[in-house]
Amino acid sequence: MAYVAIADRDHELEHHDPTTFITKYIWSQDHKVIAIQYGITAVFVGLIALVLSGMMRLQLGFPDSFSFITPTDYYQFITMHGMIMVIFLLTALFLGGFGNYLIPLMIGSRDMVFPFMNMLSFWVYLVSVLVLLASFFVPGGPTGAGWTLYPPQAILPGTPGTDWGIVLMLGSLAIFIVAFTMGGLNYVTTILQARARGMTMMRLPLSLWGIFVATILGLLAFPALFVSAVMMTLDKAAGTSFFMPAILSMGQQLDHQGGTPILFQHLFWFFGHPEVYIVALPAFGLVSDLLSTHARKNIFGYRMMVWAILAIGGLSFIVWAHHMYVSGMNPYFGFFFATTTLIIAVPTAIKVYNWVLTLWQGNIHFTVPMLFAIGFIFTFTHGGLTGIFLGNVVVDLPLSDTYFVVAHFHMVMGVSPVLVVFGSIYHWYPKMTGKMFNQTLGKWHFWLTFLGTYSIYLPMHYLGFQGVPRRYFAMGDTEFMPESAFALNQSITISALFVGVVQLLFLYNIIVSLKNGKDAGPNPWKATTLEWQTPDTPPKHGNWGHELPEVHRWAYDYSVPGYHDDFIPQNVPANAAPAASEHGSDT
Amino acid sequence: MSEAVMTDTGDVLPGDADGVVADFAADKQTFHVPWGKAMMWFFLLSDTFIFGSFLTGYMTVRMSLRDAWPVPSEVFALSFGGEPIPLILIAIMTFVLISSSGTMAMAVNMGYRGDRNKAFWLMMATAAFGAMFVGMQAFEWTKLIVDEGVRPWGNPMGAAQFGSTFFMITGFHGLHVSAGVIYLIVVGRRVKSGFYERTRGNYEMVEIAGLYWHFVDLVWVFIFAFFYLW
Repeated sequence: MAYVAIADRDHELEHHDPTTFITKYIWSQDHKVIAIQYGITAVFVGLIALVLSGMMRLQLGFPDSFSFITPTDYYQFITMHGMIMVIFLLTALFLGGFGNYLIPLMIGSRDMVFPFMNMLSFWVYLVSVLVLLASFFVPGGPTGAGWTLYPPQAILPGTPGTDWGIVLMLGSLAIFIVAFTMGGLNYVTTILQARARGMTMMRLPLSLWGIFVATILGLLAFPALFVSAVMMTLDKAAGTSFFMPAILSMGQQLDHQGGTPILFQHLFWFFGHPEVYIVALPAFGLVSDLLSTHARKNIFGYRMMVWAILAIGGLSFIVWAHHMYVSGMNPYFGFFFATTTLIIAVPTAIKVYNWVLTLWQGNIHFTVPMLFAIGFIFTFTHGGLTGIFLGNVVVDLPLSDTYFVVAHFHMVMGVSPVLVVFGSIYHWYPKMTGKMFNQTLGKWHFWLTFLGTYSIYLPMHYLGFQGVPRRYFAMGDTEFMPESAFALNQSITISALFVGVVQLLFLYNIIVSLKNGKDAGPNPWKATTLEWQTPDTPPKHGNWGHELPEVHRWAYDYSVPGYHDDFIPQNVPANAAPAASEHGSDT
Repeated sequence: MSEAVMTDTGDVLPGDADGVVADFAADKQTFHVPWGKAMMWFFLLSDTFIFGSFLTGYMTVRMSLRDAWPVPSEVFALSFGGEPIPLILIAIMTFVLISSSGTMAMAVNMGYRGDRNKAFWLMMATAAFGAMFVGMQAFEWTKLIVDEGVRPWGNPMGAAQFGSTFFMITGFHGLHVSAGVIYLIVVGRRVKSGFYERTRGNYEMVEIAGLYWHFVDLVWVFIFAFFYLW
């Protein structure tokens, strides 16, 4: 018996609508509610991480002025800030948040393929967040090992939080991986198996290509983190020596013997580098849709964009040791990994050129989402270029432990994805809530954030060239550091605190607009993708009312000559509009 | 060159590489399988990376050691009154687990034929083989811990990492087998009670459980090769 696709037997299936408050909003299996639960939780922990970074900046800009920030606190702040931002904010928000919300709507299905597992995914994620946050309240506090958690120091006395903090951190990561796996299997299966009639893979909006490939990366990369977490937990709790060489600690010979710390670094970065693209690829995808929609022009080179996403995803698994040039691994590795790293610049550059060419001669509307999308092109190009510096072994060696690296990765995987997060929240906010946000406040939010982040991170490059080391609690009197470096640090701190406070504009805007916003209508941006064509706004349970949509064209029919509107939604039949939609392949 | 394939519903699909392209370019769904089966494949792919990381981690640790590694054929030998026979217990365990894959495959066959009773009993046989495997593993662990003094942090025969990696990897695999036994019992009971007859009208769930079971088997072959034979 051949299997009949869901789109062909929708009428046979019963759709049970949830009726009580609890099944609708708390134990909900609706992907849209789960997405918002994921989003709110992620933004909440993200705010905690933002406050932590502000505390670090206070110490760096004005050393010795704040008695409540001790060196121990400082290292705990660094660790928690990094881990929360990378895993619990960005990964969860892009895949759990946007992935959950957009996948079923954009492919024209009623929900994820396994809604119950999807719900579990959120609640397990919440447990991992609670375990992580619990480490603030245990004796010794959270771990201060740095977000890379390198052994041996991560589990030896002298590092903050070696009693409880590190165990909770590793446990929280393992729980997060379980949650991600349940969600990720859903996302991949839904995109591959539950698309609407006419929705081929090559008609998917680029947002979904980004989310799809990022999820696959996650499913294949998180196992390495899981394994290293298990091994380090055993090293800590059961006295094994996977990562622990024979070592003297505080004058005492420890029981450990014969382990290899470099193994942890390999496992960690085998996860850690794809993780960069788990965060970046959804951002690439979302920003492509934002640019195309608000420039009223089809995305330039759709096929190339898809292949570039796939190529970047594949290459991201063979570049990990470029994080380890200074680790003491075999120098020949450096040659290999530098080569693969620089090759990644090719598909990435294709994407950047295509974004710019999408804007070229477009009918650009400077809406709030568009501003954030264009801002992303700047910050990403900037951060990507410094990445080419750091990908070379000889350039990396002197810069590796300086603020140049801090500036690089904050530009490329901090600021850039966060700008896309803001742009995308503004873009889809009318669909999620039915209300329009305050555009003026949104524009203030963009300009202050965009210029503010530049005033934070541009000077950091310069500090890096001067050799200012990263991860130091205080610089003290060092000869090679001129007085101006300290002045610069103060200015960075003031900018950072300012940018942090500016984010209140965003929170204020999205909360107040829930009540005071004007009705947005079903399709305020005149976008082509399916989620804007739902019968209700915000979409109800089941998304599509009685009939599943049918797709007749790609997602980028903007400004097609001879049509009465400047956009043709994906579900408009071919005979109702010019046949220009087939040019999805002419790049 | 591609050969056309006729499906059960009479659709003609291209074979070979063209078929792959056609599948992937199709609308509605990429693979002509139920959701659960597709998802199980993706899960197993992810799980492969977990075991792959465990095994590469173990090999890296072992290769960078200076202490001598205990000789597996001596450690894992068992004597029945006479000379110790190397790896005899592991050989039996492997035989049991491979046999369980055979009964599993037969259960899938019976499921598709709609023979609920036979499918159920074959699944129970598979679960029993699995339970036997876990039982023998428990015996092996006990012998190593109690008689030979092997601990995760050290052992009298050589490098401490022998015990660490052994307990970690076989333990993680044993958890997989135990979970599989429970999974088989749950699915088997539903097969017997006619649950799938009522809700889906087919026995794909048996095959999905089978995929998992074969995977756990396959992983054991690698653990056997890399841990016991090296």
